[in-house]
Amino acid sequence: MTMAGPGGAGGARVQIEGVHKAFGLDGRSTPALIDVSLEVQAGELLCLLGPSGCGKSTLLNIVAGFIPPTRGRVRVDGAPIAGPGPERGVVFQEYALFPWLTVAQNVEFGPRLMGVPAARRREVVARYLDMVGLSEHATKFPVQLSGGMKQRVAIARALANNPSIVLMDEPFGALDAQTREVMQEELSRIQRVEHKTIVFVTHSIREAVYLADRIVVMTSSPGRVKDVFTIKLPEARDRFAAEFTRYESEITRVVKEEVAKVRE
Amino acid sequence: MSTVTDLVQWGLRGAPLPRRRALALRLGAVLAFLGLWSLASGLVVLLGLFNPIFLAGPWRVLGKVAALAVNGQLWGHVAATLERVAVGFATGAVLALGLGLPAGHFRLVRNLLEPIVEILRPVPPLAMLPLFIVWVGIGETSKIAFITYATFFPMFLTTVHAVQHVDPLLLRAATSLGARRARLFFRVVLPAALPEILTGIRLGVALSFFVIVISEFIGAEEGLGYLINDGRNFFLVEQMLGAAIVLGFLGYGGNGLVVLLERRWLRWERPPTS
Amino acid sequence: MIRAAALAGALTVWALVAYGGRALGLVNPVLMPTPGEVVEVAGTLARDGSLAQHLAVSSLRIAEGFGLAAAAALGLGLLVAVYTPARLMLEPVIEFVRPIPPLAFLPMFLVWFGLGETSKVAFIAYTTFFPMFIGIAAGLGRVDVMMLRAASSLGASRRELLRRVALPAALPSIVVALRLGFGLAIFVIVGAEFMGADAGLGNLIMEGRVFFNPAQIVMGALLLGLLGSLVNGLLQAAERRVLRWRALG
Repeated sequence: MTMAGPGGAGGARVQIEGVHKAFGLDGRSTPALIDVSLEVQAGELLCLLGPSGCGKSTLLNIVAGFIPPTRGRVRVDGAPIAGPGPERGVVFQEYALFPWLTVAQNVEFGPRLMGVPAARRREVVARYLDMVGLSEHATKFPVQLSGGMKQRVAIARALANNPSIVLMDEPFGALDAQTREVMQEELSRIQRVEHKTIVFVTHSIREAVYLADRIVVMTSSPGRVKDVFTIKLPEARDRFAAEFTRYESEITRVVKEEVAKVRE
Repeated sequence: MSTVTDLVQWGLRGAPLPRRRALALRLGAVLAFLGLWSLASGLVVLLGLFNPIFLAGPWRVLGKVAALAVNGQLWGHVAATLERVAVGFATGAVLALGLGLPAGHFRLVRNLLEPIVEILRPVPPLAMLPLFIVWVGIGETSKIAFITYATFFPMFLTTVHAVQHVDPLLLRAATSLGARRARLFFRVVLPAALPEILTGIRLGVALSFFVIVISEFIGAEEGLGYLINDGRNFFLVEQMLGAAIVLGFLGYGGNGLVVLLERRWLRWERPPTS
Repeated sequence: MIRAAALAGALTVWALVAYGGRALGLVNPVLMPTPGEVVEVAGTLARDGSLAQHLAVSSLRIAEGFGLAAAAALGLGLLVAVYTPARLMLEPVIEFVRPIPPLAFLPMFLVWFGLGETSKVAFIAYTTFFPMFIGIAAGLGRVDVMMLRAASSLGASRRELLRRVALPAALPSIVVALRLGFGLAIFVIVGAEFMGADAGLGNLIMEGRVFFNPAQIVMGALLLGLLGSLVNGLLQAAERRVLRWRALG
C-alpha cells in the first residue's frame, strides 16, 4: 500500500527506477527484465509493446505489486510500493471476475471492502455499469456473459474503485477481432471522459497506436527499453488516416528487429 | 504465514521452498511424528493414565513386527490376507470387465443390468457381509465372495462409464477409416476407455484391502485382520498397530502394481520428457 | 424417472427370484428373504419403536463423527494453505497413515475408548477426516492466483483475501470433499457397529446374522442405503443452491 503524496518531477505519477527482475530457484536464474527506468505522466495512456517474452507483463506485475523486483523500485505518487493496493487497479487478460458474485456485486467489490455505505455503492455501480453499457445485466453471473461483456465488467470493477492508476495486461487479447476493435473504441471513449493514468500492455501495434499517448517498445528477452514513441494524434483516432499508418509502419519496423532476434 | 504479497505471487500453495529446506522439513516432520508417538506412549506409562499397553511406542511396534517376521508367523498371516484379496479382487475384476464392457457398448445389456445395480449401489457393501456369512458360512469362500461383491460395483460402474463415454469423434474417425464392429471395439473403444478402466481397477484394489480387514475380524484364524482383532483380546496394542501398518504397506504395494501396469499400457498418455 | 423404473424392475426381479425360487423348491427359504418378509421385519421393529431408535443412534454417530472431522478438515485445510511449512510437515505423516485401511484401526479405537458411543464417533471422525482434509487442502491450493491478484488490487487485506476470495472460490471442491466424506461415513458406520455395539443399524444387521434372520439383514442394509441416498440427495440439493452460479449459462 502507498500513501498518496505529491507527484514526482513534472507530474509523473509512476516512477519505475532501475528495475531488474530475474526468476529462479536453487541457484539457477533467468533474467526477465534488465535496468528498466520509466515515468508515467498523470492522465496519459502509456503502452508497453514488444514481442512475446519481452517481459512487458512482468513489468506490469511488478508495478501492480504482484511480484517484487530483484533490484530497483517503483514509486507511485512519490512513495515506493510494497505490494498490491487499491490505488493501482488492474484489468487482466483472463478477466478474473469472481464467478460466485453477480455483475453488480463484482463491480462493488472494491467499494464494499472500503466500507462505502450501500446506497452510495449502488450509485457507483450504476454509474460504471452505465459507462460500459451493461446496466441491464447487473444481476447476471459472469458465466452468463460473453468475453467482451466480461471484460467490460472487469473494467467497470477496476474503475469503480477509483484508482489513481489503471494497469491493463493485454485486456483484449482473449477477444475476437471485431469485439477487440469495439472494446478499443470503448476504452478510448472512457479515457476521454475519465482521464485516468493507464499503463497498457499489448503485442498489437495497431492497438497501441490507436490507444496510446506514448508507446514504449521493449527488446526481446531479457527485456530492456528499446525505444519510446510519442503519438501525436487527435484523441478520437482514425485507423485509416495517413498519420496513423505512418506511426504503425515505423513502429512495426522497430518491433520486427526485435522479433527477428527471438527467432534466432 | 502467507502475507498478501505471498498470496498474490504463489496462491494458496505457498512459495516453492528450496529443495534442501523442503527436505529438511519433511524429515523433521517424520522425526517429530515418531518422537511425539514415543513421547505419548512413554507419558502414558509414566502418568499411569491407562493401562500402559494401551499405546505402544514405535519401537515396540517395530519390534513386534520383526519378531513375528523372524519366527515365520507373520508370513502366514500375510499370505492368508493376500490370497483372499487376490482371489476376491481378481474375480470381481473379471466379472466387472466381463459384464461392464458389453454393458458399456450395448444398450440392451445396460438396460438389463441397470435395475439390479441401481438398487444395490447405495447400500454399503459392508452391510451385506453378514448375509454372505449366512449364505456361505464362516469360511474362506464367504470372505472371498464378499470381496468380489464389494469390488464389483465400483469397477463395473467405471468400466461402463468409460466405454460409454469414449469420445464419439474418435469413433467417427475410425469408422471413416473403415473399422467395423469387433475391430472398432478392440482397436478403438478399448484403448480409449483403458485409462478410466484402470483407474477403476486401482479403486478396486484399494477397496479390497479396505474391506478385507473387517471380514477377517469375524471368523478367521489367519490373516492380518485376524491379528488385529486378536490383539484386542489381550490388549496387544503393538500387535494391532503392527499388523495395521503391514496392511498399509500391502495396500500401497498393490496400488503400486496397478500404477506400473498403467505406465506400461498407457505409455501413449505421457509425452516424452525432453 | 429412469431410476424409479429401474428400482421397480429390481424389485420385480427380486420378487421373482425369491418367490419363484421358493415355489420351485430351488432356493432354501432361509437364505433368500422375500420382499414381503423384509417389509414384515421392518414393520415389527417400527411398531415397537426400536427401528426409529436404531436409526437415530446410527444417524447421531455419523452426524457427530462427520461433523467433528469436517470442522477439523476445514480448519487444518485452511492452515495448511496459508502456512507452507505446515503442509510440508503434515504431508509425510499423512502419506504414511493414508494407505492403512481405517477399519484396521477399529479394534484399536475399541481398546482406547471402550465399547461406548465415543469409540464409534471417534472412529467415524478418524475415517472421514483424512480424505476430506486432503480434498479441501487441494481445493484451496487450486484457487486461481488471478482472483487473489484481482481482489488485492481492489484493496483486500490478507484476511479478506481468504474469507472473500479463497473460500468462495474453493467452495465447489470443499463441497465435493464433504460429500465424499459423508459417503465414507455411511460406508464405515456398519462396520463400526458390527463390533461391540448394542444399538444402531449395524448392530441390527449383525443380529440378523446371529439369529439367522436374513430378512433382518437385508432390511437393515436397504434402510442404510436409503438413509445414505436421502442425505446425499439433500446435500446435493444444498450444493446446487449454494453453487447456484455454476449452473447458469
